[in-house]
Amino acid sequence: MTHVVGRDHGLELLRQMLRIRRFEEKCAELYSGGKIRGFLHLYIGEEAVAVGAMPCFTSEDAIVGTYREHGHAIIRGIPMGPLMAELYGKANGCARGRGGSMHFFDAARRFYGGLAIVGGGLPVAVGLALADHMQQRRRVTACIFGDGAVAEGEFHESLNLAALWKLPVLFLCENNLYAMGTALGRHQSQIDIARKADAYAIPAEAVNGMDVLAVESATRKAVDSVRAGHGPYLLEYRTYRFRAHSMYDAELYRTKDEVAQWKQRDPIALFQQQLRDEGFLTDADLDNMETAIATEIAEAVSFAEMGPWEPLEDLTKDLYTPSKPAG
Amino acid sequence: MAKITYREAVRAGLREALQSNPRVFLMGEDVGKYGGTYACSKGLLDEFGPERIRDTPLSESTFVGAGIGAALGGMRPIVEVMTVNFILLALDQIVNNAATIRHMSGGQFSIPLIVRMATGAGRQVAAQHSHSLEGWYAHIPGITVLAPATVTDARRMLLAALQEPDPVFIFEHAYLYPLEGELDESALSVDLTHAAVRRTGPDISLITFGGSLWKALEAADQLAQEGISAEVVDLRILRPLDISTVLTSVRKTHRAVVIDEGWRTGSFAAEVSAQIMEGAFYDLDGPVARVCSVEVPIPYPKHLEDAALPQPEKIVQAVHSLMGR
Repeated sequence: MTHVVGRDHGLELLRQMLRIRRFEEKCAELYSGGKIRGFLHLYIGEEAVAVGAMPCFTSEDAIVGTYREHGHAIIRGIPMGPLMAELYGKANGCARGRGGSMHFFDAARRFYGGLAIVGGGLPVAVGLALADHMQQRRRVTACIFGDGAVAEGEFHESLNLAALWKLPVLFLCENNLYAMGTALGRHQSQIDIARKADAYAIPAEAVNGMDVLAVESATRKAVDSVRAGHGPYLLEYRTYRFRAHSMYDAELYRTKDEVAQWKQRDPIALFQQQLRDEGFLTDADLDNMETAIATEIAEAVSFAEMGPWEPLEDLTKDLYTPSKPAG
Repeated sequence: MAKITYREAVRAGLREALQSNPRVFLMGEDVGKYGGTYACSKGLLDEFGPERIRDTPLSESTFVGAGIGAALGGMRPIVEVMTVNFILLALDQIVNNAATIRHMSGGQFSIPLIVRMATGAGRQVAAQHSHSLEGWYAHIPGITVLAPATVTDARRMLLAALQEPDPVFIFEHAYLYPLEGELDESALSVDLTHAAVRRTGPDISLITFGGSLWKALEAADQLAQEGISAEVVDLRILRPLDISTVLTSVRKTHRAVVIDEGWRTGSFAAEVSAQIMEGAFYDLDGPVARVCSVEVPIPYPKHLEDAALPQPEKIVQAVHSLMGR
């Protein structure tokens, strides 16, 4: 286990993981209450990945996420209010309520979804990186996807094209061991995902995704390499989702024992203990943190509750761009 | 008026697009060294260099998706997909990303992407290289679908499409590339809103687009010899469809035949027919007729391929039947 670099930094990492965890616990509660509908894919168990990785990118960099993107959006800095409103389907949501849980967008923060077809975000991320390359901008595109996506042709095509054209894209595979309900070993002949990058001459590394510090240091190194112009890089974060694929499933595909064992590696519990061991965290610190987060979430819920529904007459608004910019 | 081939027209349009804006670039299979499967981009690699004329791997989904990403990132990509048959591999990117991201994000993003491809049958390349699927694309809200049939449209539509801030799909009929036509040099730009009446006549409306335009015009010539004066409407733009030009013609002629190289069931011709029924039912003297492809994979031998596709003779027969002759 890596040592924490200073108390403030350690507490900040813990606070950010707790923000995601508590936000999503509230989401689950609101889903049961009927306030949130549709699909809701929770990130609980995987928080160390978003919290370790997202701060490695500058505000100029781009993020392309998946349908399990709440955590990345929170850490990217999209306020919880518009995120919760999006989950409610309200017009003050981060996508005017039109996308819901799977489709968070924020142009100002270069957050390009919330793209919910498995593998479909990879080509888009390659294109964003191509645009930066062609305009000689030293920006990096973060492309997040799961282990299920490595079975898609687009994964292989995108790695190949990005490497061929030496594009500044960082492929971030969140390997939670299940493509919905199909275990990695039941859909991949080669389960070492990082090794797949070899076929495209892309440097890659597998990282303990339950250790926020390991995620952070590996991601920083990879971002530096990409930004320096060395072409794409792949990180495989080995992690685990504690909850169902979407809100409810019978979890016939895994045992309770397996889930219980992984929960022993809960990234938040482990990191809390580490901070305590290093003398960086007191009960009072934790209480203050939890109280502030509870307030932030309550305000987000209130923001969503108070938000307006998009008027019916706006149903087809923004299908096409209204004014024609030059060029 | 100058004679020019459809292929030369497309190439001139591409050159002009590349000259007009440094953010415009072309990518696709064999667009560079090979010069384009249909030679539409021949010479462009030498003129504009490998940064702007990009040969891609055979990865349709990824280079179309990369076009979406590059457009989001401030570039002006023109993606050439060799043929409509291969773009089936990129349908996910088109339907799920290109067409949705603007609306689904609440209008935060525009995707100024152009995708060009060859479409259509008639060259004895058999079932897997002869599709006419423009109608599928016209089904999708959020994109614009163009079908240039004349050399003037082939020459000018690309630059007009470059003014569009949202995805535009251009279907170039493969049969037309080597054919010569009169380039209207007075038309320095073309609009992307109106259908065009290519021939006027009071007796019947022949409504079509793309490669079938020339078959409809040939049918109109034959009909003229027997005293039937047909009006020929070239739709040009399948989405958004200019139905008012169609309805104006039908209200004048009271009869309509829609010609479409797609298969009849669920064809674009079915949509046009339905809209005529909705908008001009009481002006019609008879049911709207359709001449479409026979519902079979397009076969290789010429006599079978000819029999499977709309032909001038079939259009003439449809007109006879409609007019009780």
